[in-house]
Amino acid sequence: MAHAEHSAAAHPLLQEVKPAVLPRAVLVEHNRSFSWITEKICGIIEGKTPAWWWVCFILACFVASFTVGGITYLVATGVGVWGHANPVNWAWDIVNFVFWIGIGHAGTLISAILCLLRQKWRTSINRAAEAMTIFAVVCAAIFPVFHVGRVWFAWYLFPIPNSNAIWQNFRSPLEWDVFAVSTYGTVSVCFWYVGLIPDLAVLRDRFFAAGNKVRAFLYGLFAMGWRGSNRHWSNYEMAYLILAGISTPLVLSVHTIVSFDFAVSLLPGWHTTIFPPYFVAGAIFSGFGMVLTLMLPLRAIYKLEDLITQYHIDCMCKITLATGTIVGYAYGMEFFIAWYGANPYEGFAFVNRAFGHYAWAYWWMIGCNVITPQFFWFKWVRQNTTLVWVLSIFVNVGMWFERFVIIVTSLARDFLPSSWGYYSPSIVEIFTFFGTFGVFSVLFLLFIRFLPVMPMAELKAVTPQADVHGGHEKH
Amino acid sequence: MPTSASTYGLIATFETAPALYHAAEAVRDAGYRNWDCITPFPVHGLDKAMGLRRSIVPRISLAGGITGFITGMSMIWWTGAVDYQLVVGGKPLFSPMFAFPVSYELTILFTAFATIIGMFVVNGLPMHYHPVLKYDHIRRGMDDTFFIVIEARDPRFNLANTRALLEKVGGKAIAELEA
Repeated sequence: MAHAEHSAAAHPLLQEVKPAVLPRAVLVEHNRSFSWITEKICGIIEGKTPAWWWVCFILACFVASFTVGGITYLVATGVGVWGHANPVNWAWDIVNFVFWIGIGHAGTLISAILCLLRQKWRTSINRAAEAMTIFAVVCAAIFPVFHVGRVWFAWYLFPIPNSNAIWQNFRSPLEWDVFAVSTYGTVSVCFWYVGLIPDLAVLRDRFFAAGNKVRAFLYGLFAMGWRGSNRHWSNYEMAYLILAGISTPLVLSVHTIVSFDFAVSLLPGWHTTIFPPYFVAGAIFSGFGMVLTLMLPLRAIYKLEDLITQYHIDCMCKITLATGTIVGYAYGMEFFIAWYGANPYEGFAFVNRAFGHYAWAYWWMIGCNVITPQFFWFKWVRQNTTLVWVLSIFVNVGMWFERFVIIVTSLARDFLPSSWGYYSPSIVEIFTFFGTFGVFSVLFLLFIRFLPVMPMAELKAVTPQADVHGGHEKH
Repeated sequence: MPTSASTYGLIATFETAPALYHAAEAVRDAGYRNWDCITPFPVHGLDKAMGLRRSIVPRISLAGGITGFITGMSMIWWTGAVDYQLVVGGKPLFSPMFAFPVSYELTILFTAFATIIGMFVVNGLPMHYHPVLKYDHIRRGMDDTFFIVIEARDPRFNLANTRALLEKVGGKAIAELEA
């Protein structure tokens, strides 16, 4: 203010200027109290298990059994039960792996990058988004682990001394990927857990007061004896900030390294420098699609409209729009470089993508990823929750097709026409992939039943009554 | 007035965040050292009001990060260029270039571990028993109420005077905590 007054004195004309008042968006509507937030979030866990939860849970277990069945058959028979064959030696396994890993990235983006950017609207969605990250990494890990064939040797991926005395090839991007994804999974769990500690303490005390000693003990065990001390909060806040600070380069590096699996190879259609930023944007795009897919039903079922407001939905739609447009730009730029680079193999790979045998997949991808997000320019679209949810499904579908297009079209038409082929998935692959949606849903349903879906402490901290200066800026 | 050995300290209740904030400033200015605020969420600016110094957790994190990077580089160098030399694709046995992505990830992994373990150690957690947790109304301190606790081991602690101070700064329901 002092600076503005000074310039106004220097320029009398400026005194006549009346700057527009930009109101801050309300993050918790209807001026809810602290205890309302506690009751609302804890009530979800303490209440009786709703009938719909059991229906969804049993359905999810049924779907998950397809993955169990598919994998059991694969382990018992051999990796040949998947439809891979020359020249397409990588297909649905890596497609599904990249698809699920990408979905996870929005969780980290929300919890880490938006934390660093002080986007306070992240508070009501970050817990569920982080849970989504962890469960998506679990689903992703299934595919490369079982693609090694003899899964009992999967530990050969890690530098553990074995009887052959040989070590991993650290020159290979696939080995980098092992470290990237396992670090990503571990750090995501740590970050999620640290965020949960104060809320677990709330649940510990509530279950203790309600006389449920078993649950009080279990929540208490993981709450580590948290007592809300400000001397603890001071270190806790710092630790949280650092975890956010390191998760940001982590999430960017993970999908960069995932893209190296392709970009470091010499295959036309893969060997491009645009891959790292393009993959990261695509990952965030698909992740926000999945966040919307999950949060909108959750909001409707548990009546969380005061906590996940229209403002939150607007923000998520706008990020989806921005990243979707970046992805669209990347598709265009790939074609431009293929032409401008004047490499006939590269040029053929891209023309073949759009007009070859897999053109149907390509146009699914363009339709879902480039056209769908453009609807989010319109306010009436963003305000129609059902429509936003439907569009988010298209985003998920489109991003799966993107990975399919990149991986399969490039491999199916490589250098020698004599080795060209056409890949179709086997029923085992289809079952295994279909089942991962069940695995994900089972984990997510358990999460919303037993853990607080929103960070209560963080939500309280962004309410107006948490401001010690009563809403007036004072220093 | 001597305090009994079984007294941990005095606890006072505050209904709002601003009330706690101003009370914390007063307790700080009165020169107390062994005292604490119990809040359901991190109150912005309270560290300053309590006179707390910057957390030392970042130093532990930095040490973790450096350890992680060195671990990554030396692991790749030792396994590839010392213990079992194997030329793959005509590439050198060791180069910081191809060792970088893994070392980068390990930097982040070790930083995360150091940060979390450091936070727990500095906070003295896990500590499942604490006099404050025995207080009847502490449950509300996790919900919507704020407390100030002044410990008996503070050199300035005096049951009557400390109680008077807490009353003066607006503390309600002042009670003694058993050790």
